[in-house]
Amino acid sequence: MSDTVTMKGKPLTYSAAETDPAVPRHAGSAVAVGPSGSKPQKKLSRRNIVLYGVLILAALYYLLPLYVMVITSVKGMPEIRLGNIFSPPVEVTFAPWVKAWSEACTGLNCDGLSRGFLNSVQILVPSVILSIIIASVNGYALANWKFKGGEVFFTILIVGAFIPYQVMIYPIVILLREVGLYGSLTGLIIVHTIFGMPILTLLFRNYFASMPEELFKAARVDGAGFWQIYFRIMLPMSLPIFVVAIILQVTGIWNDFLFGVIFTKPDLYPMTVQLNNIVNSTQGVIEYNVNMAATILTGLVPLCVYFVSGKLFVRGIAAGAVKG
Amino acid sequence: MTSVSVRDLSLKFGSLEVLRTLNLDIDQGEFLVLLGPSGCGKSTLLNCIAGLLDISDGQIFISGKNVTWEEPKDRGIGMVFQSYALYPQMTVEKNLSFGLQIAGMPKDEISRRIERAAEILQIQPLLKRKPAQLSGGQRQRVAIGRALVRDVDVFLFDEPLSNLDAKLRAELRVELKRLHQNLKNTMIYVTHDQIEALTLADRIAVMKGGIIQQLDAPLTIYNRPVNLFVAGFIGSPSMNFLPGRIEGRGDQVRVVLGSGLSVPLDGYEAGEPLRDSLEVVFGVRPEHLTVSREPTSGPSLPAEVELVEPMGADSLVWLRLGTNSMSVRTESTAGFLPEDAVHVTFDLAHASLFDASTEERI
Repeated sequence: MSDTVTMKGKPLTYSAAETDPAVPRHAGSAVAVGPSGSKPQKKLSRRNIVLYGVLILAALYYLLPLYVMVITSVKGMPEIRLGNIFSPPVEVTFAPWVKAWSEACTGLNCDGLSRGFLNSVQILVPSVILSIIIASVNGYALANWKFKGGEVFFTILIVGAFIPYQVMIYPIVILLREVGLYGSLTGLIIVHTIFGMPILTLLFRNYFASMPEELFKAARVDGAGFWQIYFRIMLPMSLPIFVVAIILQVTGIWNDFLFGVIFTKPDLYPMTVQLNNIVNSTQGVIEYNVNMAATILTGLVPLCVYFVSGKLFVRGIAAGAVKG
Repeated sequence: MTSVSVRDLSLKFGSLEVLRTLNLDIDQGEFLVLLGPSGCGKSTLLNCIAGLLDISDGQIFISGKNVTWEEPKDRGIGMVFQSYALYPQMTVEKNLSFGLQIAGMPKDEISRRIERAAEILQIQPLLKRKPAQLSGGQRQRVAIGRALVRDVDVFLFDEPLSNLDAKLRAELRVELKRLHQNLKNTMIYVTHDQIEALTLADRIAVMKGGIIQQLDAPLTIYNRPVNLFVAGFIGSPSMNFLPGRIEGRGDQVRVVLGSGLSVPLDGYEAGEPLRDSLEVVFGVRPEHLTVSREPTSGPSLPAEVELVEPMGADSLVWLRLGTNSMSVRTESTAGFLPEDAVHVTFDLAHASLFDASTEERI
C-alpha cells in the first residue's frame, strides 16, 4: 500500500490509475520504485503519545471541578451526605437549581438569584455599551488624529490602569455621594465605565493604529471628516476588536464583586454579591447542591459569551493587542 | 501656466528638518517625478502638497489658489497610494463613489462619472466586486479610478507601482503614460525606481536630504548630472567613477587617473574653465566606453578583463584599469573572457567631471 498515506489520522488514497488510466501504476522506472509522494506519518509515535497524553491529563485536571459541580448540583442532599463527591448521581433532581434561582435566602429576602440576575443585567448592558462607545472613539482619535497633548493624555490613561482599584474606592464613594449617585445603579454604571477606559482605549488605539495609514489618508482626500471616517471606514473593519472589548467588559463587569458590594445597596446587589450571600448564609445545613447550582448559574453568562464568540476573540486579540 | 507651486516649503519634526526651504514649480499638464532614495523626503513633500501633513513654513499654490491651509478635499487633488488603500468593505463602485457622495453630488452625476472612469480604465466588469476579489493590478486601477472620478486638476501618485510584480509594473507604467497623454492632467509621481522616473517623466526632481538636487528633463539628468550623488543614483548599471587630477591647460588639458594613466579632455564641454592640478572625479557611464582587442586610432588605454556579466542583449564587462575597476557595456556577441588584454576608449562628449571636494559638476 505504498500509495495510501495517512495524514492527521485521515486516510488519503492517491491512485494514478484513477486520474489517468493510460498510465500504468508503478511502471518499473527507478523513480517509481523509490520513495515518492507525500511522506507517510506514523500515528503512534512516541512524540504523539507524550503530546496527547499530557494534553488529555491537563484537560481532565481542568474539567474535574466543573464535573463535581454539575453532578453535585443535580444530587439530593441525602446522596451528598454519603460523601462520595465523584460518584455520578443515583437520582437526578433539578430542585436545587430551582431553589438557587428563585427560593434561596440571602438573609433579608428569599427570592434566590433571580433578583441579582436582573440587577446584573441592568448594570452590565449600559456599562458595556457606554464604555465601548467612548473607548472606541478615544482609541480612534488617539491613533489617527494626532493632536497636541494626545500622547500625554494616553500616558496618563495607561498609568491609571496600573493604580490598584482599592486606592480609589474611598474617593469615589465621596464623589458619588456628593453628586447623589451613591447606592444607585447609575453610580455603579459610571464607575464600571470609567474603570474600563484604560484597557479598552489601549485595545482600540492599537487596533486602529495597526490599520493601514493610507486608508485613512485616502478617506481624507475623499473629503470624509472625523465621524464619517469613524463610522463608514473604521467601524466596518473592526468587528473583531469590538468582540474582544465586549467579552472583556461582559466578563469583567459580570464577575465584579468589589464595586458591586461597595457602590450599591442590598436591593440592588449584582448576582455575584447575591451568590456570596447565599453560599455564606450560615442558617441550618449547608446545601451544597444549591450552592453549586447557584455558582454555575452565575458563571453561565460569561461562559455563553466565550462559546459564542471564541473564534472572533482570538482573532481580535491577535490583531489588536499584540501589534503597536 | 503653473499648476502646482511650492514656495520656500519647510517641514520639521521636532528638531529634525525633513524638507528645507524647498521651491518647485510644476506646469499645467506636466508629469513630474520626485525621485530619490528612501528617507529623502519625496513622499513627505507629496503628502504636504496633498494637505495630509501640516507644513512648518512656506506656501503651496494649486491652480493659482493658495491652499497652504486648506483641507485635502478642497485642494483639487486626487491621490493614489502604494498600498492602493481601497476601502475593503465596499464594492469597487462604492469605493469610487464614496468621495462624491460625501461631497453631496447628485446621483446621476455620480454614476456618469463612474461610468466614464470605468471606461477609461477598463474596469466595468469589476464594479460590483469587493477589493479582496481583485488582483493587484486591478486594485491599482480602481485606486486610479478613485482619483479620476474626482475630476481634479492634479493627480498625486505615491509609489503606485511598488507593490506590483515586475511584469505588471511594466504594463501599468505604459498605461499610466497613455493615461497622462489622454487626460493631460498635471501629475506628480513619487518613486525610488529610476526606470519609472526616466520613462514617465517630463521632468525629474532628484531629491536627497530634503533638498532637490536637480530638476531637469530625464535625458539631461542622465547625461549631465549636476553632482556626484545624482550621477551615481541615476543609471543602471551605475556610472564609473575614477579619481584623477587635471593637468595642463587650453587644448592640452588632460585628466590624469590614479596610476599615471591620462585621458586627453578634448571634446568635453566644461561648465567652467578647467583649473590646472584640480582634484576631480571622472565619471563615465558603461555605455559610453568602448572596448576592443586592438588599439584604436583615437586615444585609448590598455586594460584587462576582470569578469563578464551577461545581461541578455548586452554584457557588462568589468575591466581592471591600473588600480581602478570599471564596467563597460558591450554586445554579448563580442565574447570577451576574463584576463583578455583589451583597449578602452572614452566617449568624452558624454563623460562628466566633478570637483572632488565640492562634488559638483565642472
